[in-house]
Amino acid sequence: MSTATDHKPSGDKPAGAGAPGGFLGRSRTFSGVSPVQIGVAWLWLSIIVLLPLAAITVQSFDNGWSGFWDAITDDAAIDALRITVWVSLIVALINVVFGTLIAWVLVRDEFPGKAFVNAIIDLPFALPTIVASLVLLSLYGPNSPIDIQLNATQPALVIALTFVTLPFVVRQVQPVLLELDRDVEEAAAVLGASNVTTFTKIVLPALLPSILTGAGLAFTRAIGEFGSVVLIGGNIPGETQVASQYIQQQIEVDEPVNAAAISVVLLVIAFIALLVLRIVGRRQSVREEKDQ
Amino acid sequence: MKITPWVRLSLRSVALAYLFVLLVVPVSLIFWRSFEHGFGQFWDWITTPAAISALQLSLIIVAIVVPLNVVFGIATALALVRGKFPGKGFLQAVVDLPFAVSPVVVGVALILLWGHGGWFGGIESLGFRIIFGFPGLVLATIFVTLPFVVREVEPVLREIGTEQEQAAATLGANAWQTFYRITLPAIRWGLTYGVVLTIARSLGEYGAVTMVSSNFPGVSQTLTLLVHSRYTDDYNEFGAYAAATLLMFVAILVLIAMTFIEHRAKGRLAEASQSYTAAPGGSADTAESAASGGDNHPSGSTAVLAGATGGKEGV
Repeated sequence: MSTATDHKPSGDKPAGAGAPGGFLGRSRTFSGVSPVQIGVAWLWLSIIVLLPLAAITVQSFDNGWSGFWDAITDDAAIDALRITVWVSLIVALINVVFGTLIAWVLVRDEFPGKAFVNAIIDLPFALPTIVASLVLLSLYGPNSPIDIQLNATQPALVIALTFVTLPFVVRQVQPVLLELDRDVEEAAAVLGASNVTTFTKIVLPALLPSILTGAGLAFTRAIGEFGSVVLIGGNIPGETQVASQYIQQQIEVDEPVNAAAISVVLLVIAFIALLVLRIVGRRQSVREEKDQ
Repeated sequence: MKITPWVRLSLRSVALAYLFVLLVVPVSLIFWRSFEHGFGQFWDWITTPAAISALQLSLIIVAIVVPLNVVFGIATALALVRGKFPGKGFLQAVVDLPFAVSPVVVGVALILLWGHGGWFGGIESLGFRIIFGFPGLVLATIFVTLPFVVREVEPVLREIGTEQEQAAATLGANAWQTFYRITLPAIRWGLTYGVVLTIARSLGEYGAVTMVSSNFPGVSQTLTLLVHSRYTDDYNEFGAYAAATLLMFVAILVLIAMTFIEHRAKGRLAEASQSYTAAPGGSADTAESAASGGDNHPSGSTAVLAGATGGKEGV
């Protein structure tokens, strides 16, 4: 997203600055966007996204700093946040391992039905989250046909969140693995590197940025997730109540300031995760440039 | 990397077993549960008055959210790709925000903005109910679906550049004609993909909607809310399965559409970039000659216009 303006084929340079005359010269001033359109974009994003988020941020400080601090240091709030972050980290880790493995199998392996497997990876994105929750409850709930009862336990949270975040790492790693130059791997093998060495020294470093991006996206999705844990999670304070459920509860007991404060904390955690990712990604691309 | 068949096979088995246990087993189980008592029973459960009005409400929300997202999404994408204005980087980040925000937080934010005692809470005292009313459902759905159209249209706009539009403008097409005949055909696959994602998310949204809905059957209960309330409030397990299966059918349709469009769009994008690399010499020259010819050669200018759209159409 930071590269937004980099790919623009023309129109970036100011008109006339060494540009050839004639039609092409004039084309540099063509933008096709009127100030009205820019205003519309601002207005649309402000009404739909910015104003609600501004409202929640401001209202979380309705009772001042101390009110905000009290809200987020409440025992139940801390429990909910701790469980959320802990479970989300486990989920991200599972996704790193299995997401990479699945991407590998989908790119480097051939077997009948591969196209089908590739298509169902996106199912968790297409499936409504509440349906995902119900689906898992039918398998691990009170009427479990395999007699495994996990509802209202932390493993159930992990399974639900792993289900909804499945595509992130797979879909990030897959295209990178496709593009990866296999000559280098062959060279390493010819030079006597074992499979493990080739993987850790050649393949993994190339995949790492995409794996981390996928893991970060899975993590941010997991900390905010609500629908998929609502039926199977159990909402037990201090045990399986995640932050989003705590927020909902605070709204129900008419404590909007508490709800707003925890919401702001969730937003901040998500921002930090995304920021770290961007920094890691940038460092990686700088390193690649140096290598070249 | 020389992988022995044994290693290859075990990697494949582990990956497939993981997907089987996590994805395939639960999803097939719920299909089976829905039709356990026969198709007739399933049909009865999804045609109760509450279910029908829930489906209607969900579809009405989609019918409102999609056009709004298309119009404002394209406008936003155009502004982000072609505009140069202060705060553009900030606006870029704002577009991605809905992906990073928890649906419940969306709900709370809307309550604190539009609800009783909120910034715009005054509207409620005028008798226009937003939170716990229909507009709240729409606002929540727009919030969570906002990035889709923008993010799908943006790369296509960037890829096609502005040469063809310039040619059209030079030939006397007004802004609307240029958009309708050049830009829109070029972005239509990206746009379709964005719309499919928007529809899927609109129908499937639960967290944000449940926060701002009063959840009255027949009034403000969408399909996803129906699934939840059947399971937890009515203890109607199989009714919930039936409604969930209905949503699942939609999800599978969406999945098929996504795969299909992705294939088409990939072809289009490759085509567009090809025609772009060919463009600086080719189309600019013809445009120039047409421009210098001016209005004296109407047949020539229509040929260029046709060529410009035809390039997108072809193959």
